[in-house]
Amino acid sequence: MKWLSDDKLNYLRTVVANPDFSSTKYTFIKELGRGGMGTVYLAQDRELNRLVAIKVLNTPEITEDLRNRMVREAQIIARLEHPGIVPVHDAGTLPDGRVFYAMKYVRGSRLDEYAAENDSIRDRLRKFQAVCDAVAFAHAHGVIHRDLKPQNIMIGSFGEVLVLDWGVAKLTGKPYTDFTDESVQSVDGFNTNAGTVIGTRDYMSPEQARGEIDQLDERADVYSLGAVLHFLLKDQPKLSKAAQAICLKARADEKENRYSTASELSADIGRLLDAEPVSAYRESAIEKASRWVSKNRFLVLLVLAYVLMRVFLVFTSQP
Amino acid sequence: MDPDTDIGGPLHKFPATNHSAIVGARSDDQVTRRRAFDTILTSYWKPAYKYIRLKWHADNEDAKDLTQGFFANAFEKNHFAGYDASKASFQTFLRTCLDGFIANERKAGRRLKRGGDMDHYQLDFATAENELVASDLSPEDYFHREWVRWMFTIAVDALRQRCEESGRTTHFQLFQRYDLGDDTNVSYASLANEFGLEPATVNNYLAAVRRDFRRIVLEKLREITATDEEFRIEARSLLGVDVK
Repeated sequence: MKWLSDDKLNYLRTVVANPDFSSTKYTFIKELGRGGMGTVYLAQDRELNRLVAIKVLNTPEITEDLRNRMVREAQIIARLEHPGIVPVHDAGTLPDGRVFYAMKYVRGSRLDEYAAENDSIRDRLRKFQAVCDAVAFAHAHGVIHRDLKPQNIMIGSFGEVLVLDWGVAKLTGKPYTDFTDESVQSVDGFNTNAGTVIGTRDYMSPEQARGEIDQLDERADVYSLGAVLHFLLKDQPKLSKAAQAICLKARADEKENRYSTASELSADIGRLLDAEPVSAYRESAIEKASRWVSKNRFLVLLVLAYVLMRVFLVFTSQP
Repeated sequence: MDPDTDIGGPLHKFPATNHSAIVGARSDDQVTRRRAFDTILTSYWKPAYKYIRLKWHADNEDAKDLTQGFFANAFEKNHFAGYDASKASFQTFLRTCLDGFIANERKAGRRLKRGGDMDHYQLDFATAENELVASDLSPEDYFHREWVRWMFTIAVDALRQRCEESGRTTHFQLFQRYDLGDDTNVSYASLANEFGLEPATVNNYLAAVRRDFRRIVLEKLREITATDEEFRIEARSLLGVDVK
């Protein structure tokens, strides 16, 4: 038996660990990141001569359930055609049986990295609103993400916002879904059992943390969006009561007290950005006036200037 | 550190794995237990010997006797059957048992001697001794590193055997030249020329033999882990990029 040096050992480990794309049109370049279920690699599409991100099942042994999860994830994303959801180009099986799918390679930074470099509250809120819109689109098509967090949101190099990692998404089977394939019509696309906890602790709703799979609906994602919003706003020294109220409403412990949909949350963020009253907060008369003045600062200054001028004229025109 | 996605939870249970020597070590059947023990011995004797040499500063002869004594004692007293997968990995358990055994031996002032009524295993200590090199790793990391090295060495040997048995010696030779060799100038084209094959065939052969190698590594790992969870953790540790 030949002794294996450290270098040779490391090399062999990559030989074993890296996916074998020999039967595909992709050339392996490097690993981009690892998640709970799959690893994402950067690869070159030799036919179209472009870079793609390829997600490959993580597990060293492939079970039918895991294979189905990956296939369903690819199917879910492929059908969610929205500028805020990363498009899938291709899917298949590697020679070792592992399922993969190729998607757009997004150049940019994750939302947490973006927030670290952009402290403008308005910029952050606009990005957050785009996330809400993408999630609302998925909800309208009967898909709950279940793992929304800053690490699963990419900000592209042109400022575009993309929601990634739909690996643990759940299908609600809503009547207005346009999915027709039997395999993705089940109430829970991944056959997760009651008591199974799926998601990320810091961002998951209380009902999700309790493993109440049957109780999960769009409001579980609304809670996660609230947690993402909290992450984006927590370092802001002066936060309006309206912004705080939106955050609290989205992250309410009882789902009945949250926004019913991601669209409602998005609409409130839009109102906040436009300095209009938000549904999550009832203003006092003084706050209403103050917000009105703040929003119409130019008009107020103009009226004030006019009034002052009239007063000045009244006084100066007297004999 | 990024928050990780959990897929599991309190009700997620991991069944005992098939073909696990760790499970076999608990068997009432003497033959099953012996076979399981042999698998554990094969997988761990070399890292154990090197660990004893390094951590316990044992000389060559003392380390040989302690390695033999530890495994003989473990088999005789069925120590490995007491492993609880919920507490630690088997590797950690074995290393802890090893430390306990040596500490007891040292405390008692005994010096184990081969022979007598103790089991004696045919182990290639001379090669293990020649492979010893100074390391700045902690003893625990060193043990793990040597175990990974040994697992891959065993897997390469198993791959060679399987290729020979299935008449695919060229596959293994290509693997040996390209993946195991030290020649940095070797390429698919040069191998194609050397073996009288098309470069595409070299590519296909290498892809196939690497798949076999991967399968063997995981089979070996499966044999020495007790649960699916432990298997997954060890697989990540063995194959992942974050292993020391």
